[in-house]
Amino acid sequence: MSELTLFLVRIAYLAILWIFVLSAISVIRSDMFGARVPTAAAPGKQPRAPKPPPAPRRGQPSHVAVVQGVNTGATADLANAPVLIGRGNDAAIRLDDDYVSTRHARIVSSGGQWYVEDLGSTNGTYLGSQRITQPVPIGLGSQVRVGKTILELRK
Amino acid sequence: MATNSSTLMGFVHRRRRGAELFLLVLALVVGIGAYAAVGLGVDGEVPTNLIGYGGWLAVLTVAAHVVVRFVAPYADPVLLPVVAALNGLGLAVIHRLDLAKDTGLASQQLTWMTLGVILFVATLVFLPDHRLLARFTYTSGLAAIVLLILPMLPGLGTQINGARIWIAVGPFSFQPGELAKVLLVITFAGYLVVHRDALALAGRRVVFIDLPRGRDLGPILMMWVVSLGILVLQRDLGSSLLFFGLFLVMLYVATERPGWLVVGGLLFFGGAAVAFRLFSHVQKRVDIWLDPFADPDGSGYQLVQALYGFGWGGMIGRGFGEGMPERVPYAESDFILAAIGEELGLTAVMAVLLLYGLVVERALRAALISRDGFGKLVATGLAAVLALQVFVVIGGVTRLIPLTGLTTPFLSYGGSSLVANWVIVAILLRISDQARRPLPDLTEDEDADEQATQVVKVVPQ
Repeated sequence: MSELTLFLVRIAYLAILWIFVLSAISVIRSDMFGARVPTAAAPGKQPRAPKPPPAPRRGQPSHVAVVQGVNTGATADLANAPVLIGRGNDAAIRLDDDYVSTRHARIVSSGGQWYVEDLGSTNGTYLGSQRITQPVPIGLGSQVRVGKTILELRK
Repeated sequence: MATNSSTLMGFVHRRRRGAELFLLVLALVVGIGAYAAVGLGVDGEVPTNLIGYGGWLAVLTVAAHVVVRFVAPYADPVLLPVVAALNGLGLAVIHRLDLAKDTGLASQQLTWMTLGVILFVATLVFLPDHRLLARFTYTSGLAAIVLLILPMLPGLGTQINGARIWIAVGPFSFQPGELAKVLLVITFAGYLVVHRDALALAGRRVVFIDLPRGRDLGPILMMWVVSLGILVLQRDLGSSLLFFGLFLVMLYVATERPGWLVVGGLLFFGGAAVAFRLFSHVQKRVDIWLDPFADPDGSGYQLVQALYGFGWGGMIGRGFGEGMPERVPYAESDFILAAIGEELGLTAVMAVLLLYGLVVERALRAALISRDGFGKLVATGLAAVLALQVFVVIGGVTRLIPLTGLTTPFLSYGGSSLVANWVIVAILLRISDQARRPLPDLTEDEDADEQATQVVKVVPQ
């Protein structure tokens, strides 16, 4: 085996090693931009400027209110969605309820529909008697229970 | 938060199994190519059993890929190929050292890899949802402690190279600590996800940093005592460092409070200072680290030879068969990076480090997009295990920090470590599969809710 062949083998192997590393990185790169938007959600390719929040229509909820619990009467405007509910300082509705987690749940809007989503809270978020495990649609008057507090969407 | 809302908005992660297959083929080229290059460099010919060896490696990786395709279709596409490439490269370097020293460690390592892949498949098949692991929070903690105590039992444990971390059953020897680290991650995650509010909120503020309350220090003190116990009783510096570092990282991630890092750092330096005073084996390691050339033929021999190897290898290495990596004691386990640095040079060492970086990045990415706190913490913990292990070993071999005995994940010879690391990768793939899988369609759920409401109306409870 000549010196030159061995040298070429060595260079070739290092090249293979780096080709592998770079291809792995390129898969990750396309992975970051690879999130696919369903065609219904993205009708065209034109860059969509962030739409100004539509003016509150009649019959649509405009704020969320605490109807039962320590903070009864507290409200938060839904125009600032997503609305964070919890015991932490950054929550839109700060609850002084021992059974509520720091970042307990949030209310978000998607396609004109409001959803409540649990943020991995300790004691869970309930819609009626059902503990929710994924974003669940809510409407006017749906009672969302977090800890000992009950929240409701209001007009 | 941003990721969560993007899933709400209807973003869907692609499966990318094709990309995984493509990378796996490249990974096989890396592994089998290294084996062929070893044969060419050492014997001057392509090894005669290349077909059989390469075929077996291909069967293992393709089997793992097919199982992922069926049971975890949304899992991360990069983890498995990177791990397969590291394992293949490690096998070839061990084979190279076998040829020099006339031992048969590579075939044993291949057997362990087979067992590792079997356990990888079993973990993916029998664990459809990582949240099931949360049920075994305290069971796995107990199991981890039992595993850690096992080597101390007379008759079962054996002492090798001063460290009492092995158990020998018949002809097999095993390091239970390697499995214990996986169990400890599950225990910490299960415990912290429940108790993090107490650990995160209570405390007083001292100069910009929230220090935790005295009574919340229990868990961290307990972990500190366990780590010191490993250091004193089993004389295993590496594992001791790994377990304490792991707990500290997970505690910090769970509570988002830098105060814990201050407390943990003080405990660590306190423990390290006491250990340095009291124990000669710790003192010796530090002395070698500070001045390896004080006794280059005695205590410093291993590190000095490794450093010479790195230096002789230079930028592109001597080439397989042209160096003398076998002169470094334990070149096939702790010091495998020195062998790579000598025969493949800095170029390959950087590639290996990048591959470890990729594994850790993918694990942290799975933690970021995971939808539940337990999954986030398990993925972070497993990432921390791998990152700490790589840092401690490679830092030791390159004389950045004092040398502590730990195996380089997937590269080093060592069955227990290899098997445990394959299980870690399986759990990471499961978490990323759960995280990237699209949510069930919400509009259908709405209908289901309406129907459910109607039923409730008809039959009042």
